[in-house]
Amino acid sequence: MTCRSDLLTENLNRRNLIRAIGMGSFMLSYPNLLFGDNKSHRSPQSVPELKGNRIDLVVATSLIKINGVERLATTINGSVPAPTIRLREGESVTIRVTNRLSVPTSIHWHGILLPYEMDGVPGISFKGIAPGETFTYQFKLRQSGTYWYHSHSGFQEMTGMYGALIVEPKGSDRHYADRDHIVQLSDWTDDDPMQVFSKLKIQSDLYNFNQPTFFDFIRDANTLGLLDAVRKRQMWHQMRMNPTDLADLSSASLTYLMNGAAPSDNWTGLFNRGERVRLRFINAASNSFYDVRIPGLKLTLIQADGQDVEPVTIDEFRFGPGETYDVLVEPKEEAYTVFAQSMDRSGYARGTLAVQSGLSAPVPTLDPVEWLTMGDMMGRMNHSSNQGSSHSGMNHVNSHGGMSMDHSSHGNNHEASANIAKPTSTVRHARSEYGPSVDMRVDMPRTNLDDPGIGLRDLTQKGLRPEGHRVLTLADLKSIDGVLDDRREPVRELELHLTGNMERYSWSFDGLEFGKSTPVSLRHKERVRIILQNDTMMTHPMHLHGMWSELETDQGELLVRRHTIPVQPAQRISFLTTPHDLGRWAWHCHLLFHMDAGMFREVVVS
Amino acid sequence: MIMRLNMWQKFRKRQIYKHGLLIACCLNATLARAQMDHSSHEHDSEKQDMEKLQDHNAHDSEKHDMGKMQGGTIPSDARNPHAYSDGYTLTRGPFAQPGPRLLKLADEHAFWSVQGDRLEYHKESEEIIYDFQAWYGRTYNRVVIKSEGDMKEGDLKESSTDLLWSRALTAYFDTQLGVRIDRDDEANSRGWIALGLQGLASYWFELDLTAYLGEKGQTALSAELEYETLLTQRLIFQSRSELSIYGKDDRENGVGSGFSDIKFGLRLRYEFSRQFAPYIGVEWSQYFGDTADYREAGGDGSSERQVFAGLRFWF
Repeated sequence: MTCRSDLLTENLNRRNLIRAIGMGSFMLSYPNLLFGDNKSHRSPQSVPELKGNRIDLVVATSLIKINGVERLATTINGSVPAPTIRLREGESVTIRVTNRLSVPTSIHWHGILLPYEMDGVPGISFKGIAPGETFTYQFKLRQSGTYWYHSHSGFQEMTGMYGALIVEPKGSDRHYADRDHIVQLSDWTDDDPMQVFSKLKIQSDLYNFNQPTFFDFIRDANTLGLLDAVRKRQMWHQMRMNPTDLADLSSASLTYLMNGAAPSDNWTGLFNRGERVRLRFINAASNSFYDVRIPGLKLTLIQADGQDVEPVTIDEFRFGPGETYDVLVEPKEEAYTVFAQSMDRSGYARGTLAVQSGLSAPVPTLDPVEWLTMGDMMGRMNHSSNQGSSHSGMNHVNSHGGMSMDHSSHGNNHEASANIAKPTSTVRHARSEYGPSVDMRVDMPRTNLDDPGIGLRDLTQKGLRPEGHRVLTLADLKSIDGVLDDRREPVRELELHLTGNMERYSWSFDGLEFGKSTPVSLRHKERVRIILQNDTMMTHPMHLHGMWSELETDQGELLVRRHTIPVQPAQRISFLTTPHDLGRWAWHCHLLFHMDAGMFREVVVS
Repeated sequence: MIMRLNMWQKFRKRQIYKHGLLIACCLNATLARAQMDHSSHEHDSEKQDMEKLQDHNAHDSEKHDMGKMQGGTIPSDARNPHAYSDGYTLTRGPFAQPGPRLLKLADEHAFWSVQGDRLEYHKESEEIIYDFQAWYGRTYNRVVIKSEGDMKEGDLKESSTDLLWSRALTAYFDTQLGVRIDRDDEANSRGWIALGLQGLASYWFELDLTAYLGEKGQTALSAELEYETLLTQRLIFQSRSELSIYGKDDRENGVGSGFSDIKFGLRLRYEFSRQFAPYIGVEWSQYFGDTADYREAGGDGSSERQVFAGLRFWF
């Protein structure tokens, strides 16, 4: 215990130091930012709101305050987060975006169905917005729910360009709430993001301060015995992989923010006792998965990625950059902590729900860092899923030889096959996965969706959470509308693998980074299945622009409409989609650095 | 070649053996118990994990599976990664943006780094030793400069600089092709063609192996092996071995044919940041055969030990 708190202090001190150094280097890299023409000061607690059918946004560099210290950010209308935009389903909106930066910019409306020219990805949907220019976005809202918007240019999103986008339903909301709070989680680095990326390119584990040490080994040798302590490490050492490689960036370079407020600034959402409060959680972080809970409150999850789901009562959920979850809570006490620890357990974002400002509730300590398991690395030998997976790793291993013979004889029949009511389970690696761009391939992926993921498994048994604590998994999500609108069976099946090489810090689909890739071509309005298999040790939130990703089980049962699907290590998931809108669309991992490293594909709908 | 490999394996075993010894020494129960601060729950779950692992080992050859997860050759039925493109590219096909491709990500961006692996002052010989590597390029193709040398009283006494084209061969290894220039203020400069292999071997051994062909038909082989142990997140213990083999006598430069010298160094560094780490260390050098004779003739011993303080950094 002492050991851990020491570590924390050490990290915090380091962060301050880095901040001091980082600010200098940030200014050096962007001297022109210092003389930006639209500087404003705004407290992190007040996010402005914009409504109506005509909206004007100005992108500029501004000084903002984080942890009480002024910092330069790329802002929309001078604030971080950017103004919350409230629109209405069925209406058309005109949004004029003026660029007052010295570099091109763009805005992408995350999760919104619209004509591809309005999607805001420079080089795919349009040319981008040049310095000094104004671009007019025009589209009609065909959906409602909680969404967000952000820059799709370089690392501008990471330096402050993100905001909430709420589309009110045409009729009344399915769920009544007395109050509505947006809880937008993000992360902030004082360093120039490009420098941070360059450093990862040089030493990919430089921000990981939870690496296994020699004394961990000694400890294990004492508790498990020397042989088992060695064995526990053998696979990792043999494969040159790090079992605590849970995030590329950590609190060593990031400050975790809730609605733009650092933990010490304590963002506070107010309520009156007895009220029903809707919380719209948006993960607008560049590189951080968050595990969110509000000790003392049950969360009734009602919406995922803007789409209503059958209400499910949970205590905690994990979400990655790009995902949104709406929950209802009924607070009875004076104050509750909204606690969002980063997946690598190096830090947290935190705020308070309270009956008046200035209150706070106890802040939980960070959970201990858990090693990734064999199942996270190798797939179906994992026995620790929430509801107890019925898969037997051993049987699978034994049958694997037979399976691979099977698939070599059937070869390329996938497209022609009439019976693809269920996703194919046979793993087919791309030939480009056998080169230097890929550091591992999974032959026995897990296909169950009821695993909350590393660090969230069996928390009660581990003594980290009270009895009955329930963590959301993908298997719990069932869309109410939409998911069965298109009852056709898929006409074909596409399989793509998420790949990477941590040591070289390169990320890709099928071992091909964006520059080497070709687009995925879909036919207009066809029903198609896409299988994503994760051949890496990290969870990737995969965001497909321009169309829904309708997640299904490994038995082909449709579950939920998403715009961003997190794919866990060694997991194989599949979703159906019907591309209703023509054009070119982006498809990428929403961990900003993975996207920029090349885990990015174009999708052509024609 | 086989002989060299054998020698290499023996050497590696010795290296591992040394680590084994170290681990044994440090298995000091008192020290270890001081670290035992976690709950019995954790023990139980770890025990269960280990049981699963053993179970798995018992049922199936786990090594075989792991082996298949990395490297390997392309099977005949591997997917074509362009199979879904309908012949379209990022710049051709429906709805492509006109003109040259605008969207270029970091995979098409060049990066660079300068890594000062060793910059140290040897107390006994009063020499400053440096060992830098710098690279520029994209992920899979880079220009690499490696430079090593020693200075005394402000003068560069000896240096060896490689200029290499480094190309990714596998996930963890690069092949390197280029030239090496050796400078020695007491002897002749030598030029070599260099062909090497550098990367990260299983069990986290950093390996740098280079074969050289000289102007006058001399041959040489140099190998470096590094292994790091994290004592804490910032206190890092590194062992480093180096060996040189020459194909021909080079009397002028004091190099004898065969197994010429071997160095083994231990360094303990503290990473104030990952990029800035002072260290202290000790290194043993042993010279063999004619090289040792030449050294003895010149008044140097066939073995030496140096104690030093140094700095490791990168940017």
